[in-house]
Amino acid sequence: MATAVLTTLDPKSRAASRGMSDLAIRNLFIIPTILFLIIFNIFPLLYSLGYSFTDFRASGTGQTNFVGLQNYRTLLNDPFIWNNFAITAKYVIVSVVGQVLVGFGTAMLLNRSIPFKGLLTTLLLLPMMLSMAVVGLFWKLLYDPSFGIINYALGLGTFEWLSNPSMALYAVAITDIWMWSPFVMLLSLAGLSAVPKHLYEAAAIDRAGPFYTFFRITLPLVAPILMIAIIFRTMEAFKTFDLAYVLTSQPTTELISIRLYKMAFQEWQTGLSCAFAYIVLIMVLAITNIYVKYLNKVKER
Amino acid sequence: MAAVTTSTERTLNKLAIAGVLIVTLIFLAPIYWIASTAFKPRNLSTTIPPTVVFTPEVSPFVKLFTKRSQLRSPPTPEEYAAAPWWERMVFDGGEKVVRDGKGNVQWSGYPSRFMNSLIVATISTILAVGMGTLTAYGFSRFKVKGEGDLLFFILSTRMLPPVVVAIPMFLMYRTFGLNDTHIGLIILYTAFNLSFSVWLMKGFMDEIPKEYEEAALVDGYTRMQAFFKVVLPEAATGIAATAVFCFITAWNEYAFALIMTNRRAQTAPPFIPSQVGSGLPDWTVIAAGTLLFLLPVAIFTFLLRNHLLRGVTFGAIRK
Repeated sequence: MATAVLTTLDPKSRAASRGMSDLAIRNLFIIPTILFLIIFNIFPLLYSLGYSFTDFRASGTGQTNFVGLQNYRTLLNDPFIWNNFAITAKYVIVSVVGQVLVGFGTAMLLNRSIPFKGLLTTLLLLPMMLSMAVVGLFWKLLYDPSFGIINYALGLGTFEWLSNPSMALYAVAITDIWMWSPFVMLLSLAGLSAVPKHLYEAAAIDRAGPFYTFFRITLPLVAPILMIAIIFRTMEAFKTFDLAYVLTSQPTTELISIRLYKMAFQEWQTGLSCAFAYIVLIMVLAITNIYVKYLNKVKER
Repeated sequence: MAAVTTSTERTLNKLAIAGVLIVTLIFLAPIYWIASTAFKPRNLSTTIPPTVVFTPEVSPFVKLFTKRSQLRSPPTPEEYAAAPWWERMVFDGGEKVVRDGKGNVQWSGYPSRFMNSLIVATISTILAVGMGTLTAYGFSRFKVKGEGDLLFFILSTRMLPPVVVAIPMFLMYRTFGLNDTHIGLIILYTAFNLSFSVWLMKGFMDEIPKEYEEAALVDGYTRMQAFFKVVLPEAATGIAATAVFCFITAWNEYAFALIMTNRRAQTAPPFIPSQVGSGLPDWTVIAAGTLLFLLPVAIFTFLLRNHLLRGVTFGAIRK
C-alpha cells in the first residue's frame, strides 16, 4: 500500500541531478513512518480482528474455537453493554456541555482588555496539560466527604460524591470539566479574536442589543472553531478511561473503556473483548472522520 | 466597541476582570492544594476544617523516596539522636526507614518509576519527532498520491482508544517478551506520538518558504543538504514545540503503562494511584509525588504558551 502510492513524482518538481533524487528522498522520509504505523497499529488490529471471531482466552490453556459472529451477537444483545453505552453517552453530554459553557464563558470574559491577560490565560490552561490519572487521583481528596475542600467550600457537610452511585459519574465529569474547559477556552479565544472588529462597530451604530450582537455576530463566526472543540472533546470523553478508573469503581461509572479493560484484562475474555474493541473502533473512526472534515474546512479559510 | 467607552462598558470590563480572577482562582485551587499538601505534616493533611496556614516541612518528600515500615516501639533516645535529620522525620511519623543488612537506606518505588517515565518519554519523543519531521517534510514538499487519505490514516492511529490497541499489543508483546520492558513502552508511545508529530510538523514545514531550499539547490546543495542545512534550522522552533508536546503526552500516559508494565518498566502514572490503595492513604506523600511529577509539565506549559493552540488542534489552527 505504502509503496504503490509513492511511485509517481510531480513532473513539475525539480528532479535534482545531484545526490539522491527527490523521489528517493520522499520515499525515504515517508515510508518508514507508514511502515512503523502499519506494523505497530494496523497489524495488531488485524490480529485482534482474527481473535474477535474466536472464543480465545489469553489466560487459559484451553482450546480456541472459531465461533464466527457469535461474539458480536452476544455483545449487541447484552443489556449490560448497552448500559455501558448509556453511561458513556450521559458522561459525554454532561462533560462536553459543561466544558463548552465554562470554556466559552471564560473566553468571552477574557476577550476584553484584561490586565495580565497572557499570564492569566497560561495559568488557566495549566489543568489540561496535566496527567489525568495522577492529578485526577488527587480529586479523591478534594471530594472526600469529611475532609475534602469541596464540601467545605460549598458548605455541603459530609455530602458523598464518589461513593454515591448516583453522584459518582457527575463527580468524574466535574473533574473532567476542570481539566478540559481550558481546551474549549483556548479554541474559543482564537475564534473570538478573529471576529472582525468593524462588525461590532456597525452593530453599535445600528444600536443592536448585546443579545442580538452575540447571537447574530459572535456566535455564528465562532461556531466552526467551537465545533472543532466540541467534536474533539466528544471523542476524547467517549474514550475516557484514566479519570473514571482512578477516581471510582462504582458500577454507575463503568464507561465503555473501563468495561473493555475489565473484559480483556481482568475477566480475560480475549476473543469477546476483541469484538467489543472493534465495535468501539468503528465508532471512533466515524467521529474522527467528521473531525478531520471540520479541521480541513476551518483550515481552508 | 473600541472607540465607544461608555460607563456601562467600563463597568462590564470591571465585571469581566473580576470574573476572570474568580475563574482562575477556582481553576488553580486543586493545583494549589496539591502543592500545599506536599509540605504538610501528615496529621494536618486531613483536618476539618482544611488546614491552610501551617509550617511547611519536607517530611512528605523524605517519605516519598524511602521505604518505610511501621514502628512497633518508639526509638530509643540513642537511636533517635544518632539518626540524621531526615530519618528523625520518619520516626516522628511513627515509622522507621527500612535498611538492608549493610545499613543502606532502601529506596521506595518512586525514584525508579520517575526514572522510567523519564527514559520512556525522552526516547519515544526523540523517535517520534525525528521520524515525524522527515515525514512532514515529505508531505509538505513532494506530491504524494492519496495524500489526504494517508494523512487521515496517520491521524486515525492516534485517535484509537488505548485499551483497543492494547489488547492485541499485549498478546504480541507476550509472545516476544516485551511486556514490562522499556522498549515495549517506547514503541507504543512512539507510534502514538508519531501521527501527532507528522501533523504538527507538516504545519510548521508548510510555513517555511520553498524558495529557501530552491536557492540552496541553485547554489549547488543536494536536496538532502538543503534539508539539513536550510530547512531544519528554520524548523527548529516547530521541532522544539512538537517535542515538548510529545514528551508531555508520553509523560502523562496512563492506560498503556497500566496494561503493559507492572514493575521493572512501570512509569509514574500507574504507580502513584496504586499507592492510594485501601484504608487511609498518606495524602502528603501522594501530593509530594504528584507535585514532582507535574512540575516538568508546568514548566513546559509555560515555555509552550504560544504554541498551545497549534498543538491541541494538530496544527490545524495556527495563529
